[in-house]
Amino acid sequence: MAIRLKDYTEKISPLSGGHRLCPGCGAPTAVHQGLMGIDSPLVVVNATGCLEVSTTVYPFSAWRVPWIHTAFENAGAGVSGVEAAYIALKKRGKIDKDIKFVTFGGDGGTYDIGLQSLSGALERGHDFTYICYNNQGYMNTGAQRSSATPRRANATTSPAGTVIPGKLQRAKDLTAIVEAHHIPYVAQTTLFNATDVAEKVKKAVETPGPAFVNILVPCVLFWGIDPALQHEICRLAADTRFWPVYEVENGKWKITYKPKKRVPIEEFLKPQARYRHLFKGDTSKALLEQAQADIEFEWQELLDRCGETWDPAD
Amino acid sequence: MPRREIISGNWAFAEAMRQINPDVVAAYPITPSTDIPMKFAEFVANGKVDTNFVTVESEHSAITACVTAAAAGARVMTASSANGVALMHEIFPIAAFFRNPIVFGLVNRSLGAPINIHCDHSDSMGERDAGWVHLYCEDAQEAYDSAILAVRLAEHKDILSPVFVCQDGFITSHSFEAVSMLDDETVKSFVGERDADLPLLDVDNPVTYGSFAMSEYYFEIKRQQVEAHRNVLKHYDSVARDYESVSGRFYPKLDKYRTDDADFIVVVMSSASGVVKDVVDELREKGVKAGCLRIRMFRPFPAADVAEVLGKAKAVAVLDRALSIGGTAPLSAEVKSALYDAGAHVPLQSCVYGLGGRDFFPQHAMEIFADLQKGNIRAEERYIGLLE
Repeated sequence: MAIRLKDYTEKISPLSGGHRLCPGCGAPTAVHQGLMGIDSPLVVVNATGCLEVSTTVYPFSAWRVPWIHTAFENAGAGVSGVEAAYIALKKRGKIDKDIKFVTFGGDGGTYDIGLQSLSGALERGHDFTYICYNNQGYMNTGAQRSSATPRRANATTSPAGTVIPGKLQRAKDLTAIVEAHHIPYVAQTTLFNATDVAEKVKKAVETPGPAFVNILVPCVLFWGIDPALQHEICRLAADTRFWPVYEVENGKWKITYKPKKRVPIEEFLKPQARYRHLFKGDTSKALLEQAQADIEFEWQELLDRCGETWDPAD
Repeated sequence: MPRREIISGNWAFAEAMRQINPDVVAAYPITPSTDIPMKFAEFVANGKVDTNFVTVESEHSAITACVTAAAAGARVMTASSANGVALMHEIFPIAAFFRNPIVFGLVNRSLGAPINIHCDHSDSMGERDAGWVHLYCEDAQEAYDSAILAVRLAEHKDILSPVFVCQDGFITSHSFEAVSMLDDETVKSFVGERDADLPLLDVDNPVTYGSFAMSEYYFEIKRQQVEAHRNVLKHYDSVARDYESVSGRFYPKLDKYRTDDADFIVVVMSSASGVVKDVVDELREKGVKAGCLRIRMFRPFPAADVAEVLGKAKAVAVLDRALSIGGTAPLSAEVKSALYDAGAHVPLQSCVYGLGGRDFFPQHAMEIFADLQKGNIRAEERYIGLLE
């Protein structure tokens, strides 16, 4: 199962260069890191979104593997159909290869408009891996809030104004919702460690039945970060416990990355323009305190689910 | 052995599905088409087919799974009605663009609101421009035969288009009538096996389906679909003749009933044509040169053939089982357009009937013919059987 980064240098990613995603975008990194560890033939299903439009600008395609997109809200159903056809044609002797199915959807296509379709596919038990490349909002249409957008972020449909300090609601806990389908493998991670993404996706793909990996990826435009900070901001997301890294195998929850030290949430928020309003004016201190309190509450929830404790050296 | 049994329109369609034994069926229940997936589920449960039957969580997912399964290289069938069809609306043009040869049992039912489970054609007419072939069946026999014929039509290499096989909700779908069915081997050999072009599952030759095409390419791509439908008009008869050679039943694009020398012709689709044909016979006995033109193929619309049938008539009435509120009802619009293109100035009465399952009786057809004979033809559409 262990993946050596050295092996990557000899492999060709299913996604070629030359696509039109922004410099610093986390989506292609999630694809490269996720799929580089897969040795079986692959078919990719993509929901509408940045990854889809930017990698398949007709008459070009950046995909070296079979790839299909139909619409925004239906990637779960889309992979169900492909997998159903594969099973049928294999049974009838028309296909002899062992093929794996991986679906990519952004958080809009997964948390919001595509949730029903995903839920149906999970319940039916198709053998596929769903990867949510989660940049916490609708980036293809210009940084609108989604149900994955965290509390207090400034998004174009939940702007930080003089009265309302950005999005008011807590992000939906989709990883836990997916886990409630009692599928064999669920994980969440971020681009803080290439082998972590590769190992989780490999485990997901090799597990028979449905599997889900929620990968936090930055959008340089929405998050308002230097494109060079992709890895750094993801490391801070993991270290501040803003985005806990964990997996659930057959119902057993396990934190797979425990930060050694307690890193304050400000360190993750400060480099991002979407949180600029939290560092200005009279309410700044209170808002940052609330942000830290949210982190502690959600982390404790996760520790309880895992039956674990955490003793940081702070 | 060929059989003749008393079955419903839905069961007839499901029987055809059993004999076709598609690779994948993805379906979701909705009245009045529910019997089709229900009956098919029995076939699956009892090993009568080895289809991969996917019981999805919505019509939107049903058609999505059908589209991706068809793109993967599978032979695919499904069924739906009314609001289910409307929910699929977004995906129908994608199926047509992917050139997915899906055969779809569309059991016509009125679109809500008000919610109503009975027949009209507002559901399929909403998909008029989706790029699918539309076939409208008069009875259960035709629904059965069309399901089988449609597989060959959809998969024809010069066509590659999804096909709606429409039958009237309840009137046809739930009425039991005698249906002659072919033996399983005949159907199996008639439909053969699907030989898919560029299947997604050919991992050695990867293809990209559903890419992003902007103004430089979109128009040309859509134009190719127009060509596919021109090819339907070109090749339909040879497929229908092939089907006749195994079944003894021939289904032309247009069902011309006593129209050759007719002065007065009623144009209609689906089950109501039975009523009109009866009235035509009655009027003929009285010396009135009446005829009925049943439009079986609505998309592509065989406009030149329609104009040829109607061009010499003294007056024509077109019966639509759907409204186009604020405009001309869909069948009327097509017929008028066909006559205009042919330079035929035939007096024409547009009539809307049967919405939400309102009964259409012989007396209604009789009155329509009487008005044609009297020259009582108005520019505005008439509403048949409406209480006002």
